[in-house]
Amino acid sequence: MFQNFIDFMLNDFFVTGDPLILGAQVSIALASVAVVFVLTYFKKWRWLWTEWLTTVDHKKIGIMYIIASILMLFRGGVDALLIRTQLALPNLEFLHADHYNAIFTTHGVIMILFMAMPLMFGLFNIVVPLQIGARDVAYPFLNSLSFWLFFFGAMLFNVSFVIGGSPDAGWLAYPPLSELSGSPGVGQDFYIWGIQISGIGSLASGINFVVTILKMRAPGMKLMQMPMFTWSVLSSSVTIMFAFPILTVTLFLLFIDRYLGAHFFTLDGGGNPMMYINLIWMWGHPEVYIVILPAFGIFSEIVSTFSKKKLFGYKSMVFALMSISFFSFFTWAHHFFTMGSGANVNAFFAITTMLIAIPTGVKIFNWLFTMFRGRITFSQPMLWTIAFIPCFIVGGMTGVMLSVAPADFQFHNSYFLIAHFHQVLIGGVVFGYFAGLYYWWPKMFGFKLHDGIGKWVFWLWNIGFYVCFMPQYALGLMGMTRRFNEYNFDMGWQPLNVVSTIGGFIMGLAFLFQVWQIAHSIKFFKKEKSGDAWDGRTLEWSIPSPAPMYNFARVPVVTSQDEWWEEKQRIANGGKPKPLAPLEPIHMPKNSAIPFIMSVFFFIAGFGFVWGWTWMIVPGLLGVAICMIARSFSYDTDFYIPVDEIERTEAAALKGAN
Amino acid sequence: MSNHDHNAHGDANAHGSMKSYIIGFVLSIVLTILPLVIVLNDLMSKTATIIFILIMAALQFVVQLFFFMHIRDEKKPRFNMIALIFGLVILLTVVAGSIWIMAYNVVG
Repeated sequence: MFQNFIDFMLNDFFVTGDPLILGAQVSIALASVAVVFVLTYFKKWRWLWTEWLTTVDHKKIGIMYIIASILMLFRGGVDALLIRTQLALPNLEFLHADHYNAIFTTHGVIMILFMAMPLMFGLFNIVVPLQIGARDVAYPFLNSLSFWLFFFGAMLFNVSFVIGGSPDAGWLAYPPLSELSGSPGVGQDFYIWGIQISGIGSLASGINFVVTILKMRAPGMKLMQMPMFTWSVLSSSVTIMFAFPILTVTLFLLFIDRYLGAHFFTLDGGGNPMMYINLIWMWGHPEVYIVILPAFGIFSEIVSTFSKKKLFGYKSMVFALMSISFFSFFTWAHHFFTMGSGANVNAFFAITTMLIAIPTGVKIFNWLFTMFRGRITFSQPMLWTIAFIPCFIVGGMTGVMLSVAPADFQFHNSYFLIAHFHQVLIGGVVFGYFAGLYYWWPKMFGFKLHDGIGKWVFWLWNIGFYVCFMPQYALGLMGMTRRFNEYNFDMGWQPLNVVSTIGGFIMGLAFLFQVWQIAHSIKFFKKEKSGDAWDGRTLEWSIPSPAPMYNFARVPVVTSQDEWWEEKQRIANGGKPKPLAPLEPIHMPKNSAIPFIMSVFFFIAGFGFVWGWTWMIVPGLLGVAICMIARSFSYDTDFYIPVDEIERTEAAALKGAN
Repeated sequence: MSNHDHNAHGDANAHGSMKSYIIGFVLSIVLTILPLVIVLNDLMSKTATIIFILIMAALQFVVQLFFFMHIRDEKKPRFNMIALIFGLVILLTVVAGSIWIMAYNVVG
């Protein structure tokens, strides 16, 4: 009995026999011990629990999202460097085939779902309520639950690395490979449950931000006066609301196949694996727009702020954002032109794909015309924006090349495709979120990130990007296909692969510089005294940095687009500041431990499902149900901040400013 | 609109009269019983039965929306209506698009 248990632990439960993974196991254990030690030594457990783990404050939840996504960027980045190392030279035996499969799978899943999505939600959380003059999101409790579901979903996925074995069927887990016949291990179940649990969180966040934007705007702010980032969040959240259910159902069908022996996507018993590919891309295509749309919003804010001009073509920008989020649902088949659905189907989806490039092109012109004759300041956020424009144009044009269905039969699954989507995802999404991070960093923490190191970060990222991915376009045309772990000398791919690997490591170096930049800026902390770090235009810059818990001591009344800028202009032209209304007690939500505890139970249930352990599934789901019941019977969920406390906070912030 | 109006139930919309609730209730019962009667008594051919049930289901959906979800009473701007229509468009795309693509699929 005991011997059986030991055997199970060593053979099935823990991943053993790989020095790289053993190293990871040891370092995870050491890091956990170190974290526990530091928290205990500095007596920070209570602080961690009351200030962070149970918080419903959108700003703190946003910061936790960003921390989690940077950790995931590190892990996904290490995966990327392992892939590039393996591919640097022909027939290299650095990673064996199974390990290579696992690594490109986790690289893809982590970078899209556990890096880009949380970084995006982090920025949503921090910025949207501040931009629309609200004191929190519409459902603060749900917001906290969304974060913890994402977090524990991500942990469930990541734990597969050392326990049970990573999924290795590609980032979208195509059947029949992802079915029980192709992947008998538990890795694929970790994939399903990790994504399902965090997917509930994503869907809830999407709903939360749609309601927040539609219902919680400051009095007077019309839809067509909203800041452009808020518009982009609205378009992205609407897309989340309609796309994520498709993912949930598709993965659920795959789960039924694996767990109950159904035949939705199997090769036998009337199943059709192609149906999975069709369904998953109905989510997968809108998903890429979900992550890029907020980046467009960020660039719009930055271009306008640092050119000291109103955004050119506000209405056309709104129209472009909303039409992209609509049309993103009608292009999915371009991911499988080669599936063989005939000329009519392919022609239809080729045309819709080409059409969607139009609103994107409109945006590029809007940004260019906003900069035209503007007084441009080249601060860090603006640098990233300017680097983004040419990069995204090239990425977009290669996308239009891929959309030509007959040509796609050549490009499909080659490194040309790999280079294309990395160019739009790094050059668009990552650069965009970095720009947003640098732009709103002073609002989050009350200090700017060091400028000199920032320039290094910027140049290393950009040079690294082009060195890494430009050769891959050529490699794709030379016939190199994705997901191969080795190639022969006689293919002639070696020189370009070496260049590409060097580029990858330059980006790794850029990440290290970024960590250094943050550490350096914290050590030589220079308080950003005014709340208006960049001479901004929108409401978030009208309050102190970092924003007080209640955001706005007095709810602003909005009369125009770029309200804060107009107000500053009015005062500069000799106008009187608006009279201050008397302070009133502020109604705020109370912290709650339920989201954290409920997500732990979700994790337990998910872990039980992965291994098929009923004794673990039942208490997990029971815990989830009890948490829901407990929440529906808790009435003491809000409180008022008294006027004298608001006065003290505001006075302290003012003192910091002078 | 108040900035911290958290209770959505506080909407001043009147939520239907007794009469409309009774009409809705009767209609939904009828729409449920009709297919049951048809199936239990073998009144139609197989294809006709399936089509009939689908039509009843669609009508049931409409009845629920009008009499219980109060889709008519929504104040402007009609966000619920927009969301509903967009949802139906996506639903149609998922179903019809999948059928179209898979029907011509020569691989699977």
